[in-house]
Amino acid sequence: MSNTDDTKQVAVDDRDRVPNASETGGPIILFFMIGFVLSLVVGWVVFPKLLYSQKKQPIDFNHVQHMELVDEGCESCHFFREDGSFSGAPTLAQCIDCHEEVQGDTPNEIKFVEAYVQKDREVPWLVYSKQPQCVYFSHVAHVKMGNMDCVTCHGHIGESTELPIYEQNRISLYSRNIWGKNIGGFKKNTWDRMKMDDCAECHVREGVRQASVQTGKGGCFVCHK
Amino acid sequence: MKIDRRSFLAMSVGGAVGTALTPLPWKIQDDLAIWTQMWPWTPFPPDGENTYVNSVSTLCGGGCGITVRKVGERAVKIEGREDYPTNQGGICNLCASGLQMLYGPTRIPYPMKRLGERGANQWVRLSWEEAISMVAEQLGEIRQAGQPETVACLSTRPYGSMPALLKRFMTAYGSPNFMTTPSMMDAYDMTLKRMHGVDGRMGFDLENADYVLSFGSGLIEGWGNTVHMIRINSKWKDTNAVLKQIEPRLSNTAAKADQWIPILPGTEGILALGIGYVIIKESLYDYDFVNNFSAGFDEFRRAVLSGYSPGNVSKQTGVDQSTIVALAREFARARRPLALCGRGQGTVPGGFGEYVAVHALNALVGNINRPGGAWAMPRPEMDGWLEPVLDAPAEAGLAKPRLDGAGSAAFPFAGQLFNRVPVALKAGEPYPCQALLVYDANPLFSMPGSGMVREALQQIPFILSFASHMDETAMMADIILPNLSHLERWEDVPVTEGFHRPMLGLAQPVVDPQFDTLHAGDTLLQLAAALGGTVAASLPWENYEACLKEALSPRWAELEDRGYWIDENFTPDDWSLAFPTVSGKFDFAVSGADLKTLFAMTAPQGDDGSYNLKLIPYDSVRIANGAVGSPPFLIKIVSDKVLKGKTVLVEVNPETARAAGFGEGDQAVLKTPLGDAAVRVHLSDGLMPGLVAMPRGLGHTAYDRYLAQKGVNANDLIGSVEDTASGLDATWGILASLVKA
Repeated sequence: MSNTDDTKQVAVDDRDRVPNASETGGPIILFFMIGFVLSLVVGWVVFPKLLYSQKKQPIDFNHVQHMELVDEGCESCHFFREDGSFSGAPTLAQCIDCHEEVQGDTPNEIKFVEAYVQKDREVPWLVYSKQPQCVYFSHVAHVKMGNMDCVTCHGHIGESTELPIYEQNRISLYSRNIWGKNIGGFKKNTWDRMKMDDCAECHVREGVRQASVQTGKGGCFVCHK
Repeated sequence: MKIDRRSFLAMSVGGAVGTALTPLPWKIQDDLAIWTQMWPWTPFPPDGENTYVNSVSTLCGGGCGITVRKVGERAVKIEGREDYPTNQGGICNLCASGLQMLYGPTRIPYPMKRLGERGANQWVRLSWEEAISMVAEQLGEIRQAGQPETVACLSTRPYGSMPALLKRFMTAYGSPNFMTTPSMMDAYDMTLKRMHGVDGRMGFDLENADYVLSFGSGLIEGWGNTVHMIRINSKWKDTNAVLKQIEPRLSNTAAKADQWIPILPGTEGILALGIGYVIIKESLYDYDFVNNFSAGFDEFRRAVLSGYSPGNVSKQTGVDQSTIVALAREFARARRPLALCGRGQGTVPGGFGEYVAVHALNALVGNINRPGGAWAMPRPEMDGWLEPVLDAPAEAGLAKPRLDGAGSAAFPFAGQLFNRVPVALKAGEPYPCQALLVYDANPLFSMPGSGMVREALQQIPFILSFASHMDETAMMADIILPNLSHLERWEDVPVTEGFHRPMLGLAQPVVDPQFDTLHAGDTLLQLAAALGGTVAASLPWENYEACLKEALSPRWAELEDRGYWIDENFTPDDWSLAFPTVSGKFDFAVSGADLKTLFAMTAPQGDDGSYNLKLIPYDSVRIANGAVGSPPFLIKIVSDKVLKGKTVLVEVNPETARAAGFGEGDQAVLKTPLGDAAVRVHLSDGLMPGLVAMPRGLGHTAYDRYLAQKGVNANDLIGSVEDTASGLDATWGILASLVKA
């Protein structure tokens, strides 16, 4: 009984005391700042490192070297099929025209021919620009009908001598290129990000028909069939 | 400096404020949202070039033209072929789910021999050589013992090269017992034979009909060629054709008809006679046809006028007299009236008398072999084959009577009566069955009186199944020689099922065989070769493809090129040439049959007074009820007013349910003379009082977890009733009662 009374007494005393600034203000702001700075570091620096796993492409492909040898630029290998669909990453059938035998002596070339061509296995290319399944994207509508360059969305990949590391989002399982390299979502170039807002930005700016061609329905149905 | 609780709080607040100023929370939200769009367990088709292969779906009798989209070697989507004459781009839900039949887990991957008890689903893998030599040895022994007739064969479809090849094998082997699963087409064949004198099949020029009396046919629910019929029904709306649907339950067809005429189940034929009575009595019939091109009208007239006045018929059928008279007048005055029968999807033939009564209406108004009428069509034949070679044992075997009694003195006009086999085997008459070959059929599930079918199968010492999927009948087999799936094989698919043009489709392989399976045609050729002698000589082809090409040689190029062959200009024979009967005329007297007996209503099983209701089965286009079970996609679209969890809901009129003390969703036990089943009650004003309606096609014990053990198989509760006049299965329902669970 007496114990409880004592405790009460102390609590009342504690409340009545007015703490002075030197005793509390300084350290509280300090701790606030520590938390603040730490979280900024985690959010801007540590988090992106944790969020993405890094994967190397199975073969390091040299776009520059190939661009010198072909006549029709990107479309020489990334072509449109007869039905208007886009072929995307080349299949072995295309590479095999030149690479049936080892060309030159780079380790990459030897690996490509031995591990894939000779075994008739498709190269499991990691596609940087792969959109979620719920997005209907037509290359023909953009490239042929909209006269857009590949660079507008894909950047200067055609001028690269080696393929960038493929960074995969551990949660969504998509490539980092969709959200963009900048974790804050800031972009300078049109190809820096491939999110829905980026599609919409251009569609609005260019005055693209805001309704699905097939169904005539507006809004979402243009891309989400 | 003192670190206390406040310091931690300050740091946390700082952390929270800081975190809010980083992309972390928003980015995680976004990523989680995207993650939900690509759950790893959701299958997506692979990326790649689309290719298309045209084929024909053989999952049901409709035989729709399909085009299958492939990415690489994987088939990813089945669509209807726009240029196919019957389905014109449409397909039914079963056909659209066909990929699940191709890639699904119920495929039988290799030849197997039964290990445990029959039905225990325990098997041991065999090589093809072992399996074929085991079967050949078994069949060889029976033949050597001089009893080839004791081997029977059951196929789903009657037409096409596969049934023809099986029949040829049986003939060369020495057995008259080739059978197909019964359907309304058997009854129509018989009608054609006995009224037109034509050995052919019935076709209907539905497109041009302008007044259709449907005696319970589920015209948009799988009767005939499903998709074709749905198109015809839409066309009728454009041409203002009238559809009158006569059946006890408000089916989809009834709901979309111009008028639904509820009728007591099993009395449809009687109503047809009542309508005939009015037409005759009021002299509304086609004088030209009746006087000049028909015989036996007096006998028919006497039979109808003596017992089927609207008053009498109204009492028996529950249809108002005024409705009967109105239907008769409308029907007779329409330009191109057409009367149809075959209940639901026509999977159970029904009594022959019904068909005669209904078809007689077409004859009374002269709409036979005319635009918008019923047409006698030639059967699809295998023109390219020579006659099989028969040795003495084969000839002796073929001279024996058939197990099912078809063609015997009792049932001289029946082509085949598989429904009679269980009874015959039970009686041991005319002889026991020593082996059964089952091709593309699942009689243990799909035929009324499945208990009897099971008993019959148990009595057969050797069952060979060619099934592609582990269905109920395959589970009873001793050896399974699995056929390729429908998207892996060549097959010709004659379009029959009431279609009014001679037409043939060609199913071709869409993908390579996924398992160690073999085309049943090739299996059969190998079996014949192993048996040797005249059997091998009668089936001399190197492989099934060669045999198919030979069978279809006159049309092969066109079939291969276009995927189908059709005789667009077919017209049925003129009345003066159309009836090769004794009199040379259409026979209202049904080749001298006793019309009174013929028209008598078939009583349902088990009339001992303890049942106060009648159970009728109904067919739904959302539930496969034939040789193929519903794939998972199909089960997904079954309403929860039909199947809730694992329990089937039976439809009951609210009035009937109230009298028995049941409300919506109540659990009940449905009792029939054949057994009991746990069900729930669904109140429906669309069912006549005094009835209970149950869907066909549920209650599988085989197949996968999406289908097995869901609901009750109506065929377990409803027995097969034989039509004494024809031997056909006349089942329309059974007496039943609903009691509290």
